[in-house]
Amino acid sequence: MMIDPELLAHLAAGRRIALVSGTNGKTTTTRFTAAALGVQGEVATNSFGANMPTGHTSALAKAGRTPLAVLEVDEHWLPKVIAATSPVVVALLNLSRDQLDRAKEVAMIAQLWRDTMAKYPGIHVVANADDPMVVYAASSAAQVTWFSAGQRWRDDAHVCPACGSHIVRDEVGHGWHCTGGDLSRPEPQWTIDTSAVIDQVGRRHELKLQLPGTVNVGNAATALAVAQWFGVSPADAAPKLSEVASVAGRYAQVERKGRQIRLLLAKNPASWLEAFDMAEDAPTLLVINARDPDGYDTSWLFDVDYAPLRGRRVLIAGERAYDLAVRLQVNEVPFEYAGTFARAVEAVPPGKLEVIANYSAFQDIRAELDRVL
Amino acid sequence: MSYSDLTVVWVYPDLLSTYGDRGNMLILAHRARSRGIGVRTVEVFANDPIPDGDIYLLGGGEDGPQALAAQRLISDQGLHRAVDRRAVVFAVCAGYQIMGRSFFAKGAECEGLGLLDLHSDRGPTRAVGELAGEVDPALGLPTLTGFENHGGRTHLGPGAKPLASVKVGIGNDGTTEGAWSGTVLGTYSHGPALSRNPALADLLLRWATGMDRLPDADESWTAKLRAERLHAVGLA
Repeated sequence: MMIDPELLAHLAAGRRIALVSGTNGKTTTTRFTAAALGVQGEVATNSFGANMPTGHTSALAKAGRTPLAVLEVDEHWLPKVIAATSPVVVALLNLSRDQLDRAKEVAMIAQLWRDTMAKYPGIHVVANADDPMVVYAASSAAQVTWFSAGQRWRDDAHVCPACGSHIVRDEVGHGWHCTGGDLSRPEPQWTIDTSAVIDQVGRRHELKLQLPGTVNVGNAATALAVAQWFGVSPADAAPKLSEVASVAGRYAQVERKGRQIRLLLAKNPASWLEAFDMAEDAPTLLVINARDPDGYDTSWLFDVDYAPLRGRRVLIAGERAYDLAVRLQVNEVPFEYAGTFARAVEAVPPGKLEVIANYSAFQDIRAELDRVL
Repeated sequence: MSYSDLTVVWVYPDLLSTYGDRGNMLILAHRARSRGIGVRTVEVFANDPIPDGDIYLLGGGEDGPQALAAQRLISDQGLHRAVDRRAVVFAVCAGYQIMGRSFFAKGAECEGLGLLDLHSDRGPTRAVGELAGEVDPALGLPTLTGFENHGGRTHLGPGAKPLASVKVGIGNDGTTEGAWSGTVLGTYSHGPALSRNPALADLLLRWATGMDRLPDADESWTAKLRAERLHAVGLA
């Protein structure tokens, strides 16, 4: 891929920019942040998840001369995109295992981010206090606002990225600390409480999000914390977040043959746990592929505990459905093999159907629904 | 014939656990219980001593944690004692490398546990992709199928037998894959290697229980998965 870093820098010049990076939640948080900053004026954004420099260049070129931009950035590309765009704020969400057959390992990304943040003292960082990897990365920055959005997935942060000692979680609350060194959970200025965000001065902002799940309340808190740095008050920004109904097709509900089908994207173990939290108690279709954008390795299926699905009707499909079949058998979760999305739709009665799919499977289903509608 | 309370110990999941390593513990427990064999699973962190057990599992890991795990296991000696009393060890990827005499991590040679007669160094390329091979006939298992993801190459000494001859992928060196000796068995088939190799899972259970034969298990899905994966690499 050929990219011209000067072109991106040229297009970024004169705009106040926020960057959003992390393993999960980038696209949604970028969408929320763009909605929040919309209070101040027109916002350029790469809202379809094209999160490498060609996507940024294209988004800024298409947007024309907007005063503001919010860009979702792939974790590996963050240093180069910071260098090219001189952002005002960088939001660091989380780091966990994702496509290990291709991506760098988690601790290496944390170190890459940390080295980068130390070089740009003028950037304000908004970072997740609940993820030890992110705290290590962000604490080299000159100015940090910490948020707490909770973290269900913890298996990639047992070992301190600073010294290799154990990280232990407190018995109660969200606290954690390294047993060998100084790294510990910073006190967050922004927190969440069920469907509300508590801001840095303790004001409560009740959200009426259309997007489901606790994870999206956390993404909203992050967006509001970023917006605050651009001078947008959370009271003004919060109502804008509830206007967001779907993000690049995710969470969208589609009617087909009397079935209300909702699509949830789950790319890696951490996001599967969040998807189970979002999915309603209805027949649930799980769809797994292992193409290039998904990673060719399906081992991660065994990192997800599917037990929350016991008691509901579970169907499976996708090119790697047999991997999932063996996983569910071991997990003692009864399932039906549907093979394809179309057959699963036929198999369930009219009513709700929750669909949880990984990346290329999700895109295929979107395309199939678009063809029919 | 029944065997109660088989103890499966997952060694240092805090250090040696990449994608799906938990799977081997879950699969062994499921396959044992489905035959009426009681199973206790224990996850032992690196700060704690290696407990008594019947089957020990070691997973994959990054360089730093791999070197740390080897150091802890050498000073603990619990795994050595377990092997002396013929407990079963199943080690994958980084865990397989540390079972040997030496391995490379972070550019330096590190001392291994010496429980398999082999040593590992760095290869010219990273081996990533499907791995398949014909298993040592002495083990009586069907074709091995898995996914490998490692930068090491492993060289076997006379005291270790190759687990398989490579048909697809790299394994140890492009020719052989994995190793076994007594009741210690290692492979580059990473993560939940036993999901595609149920007969290998049963071999470990037979070694641990001393049972010559296990009751049949429901292989309808594992058989479909194996057929699909072997077909994908042109072996079926």
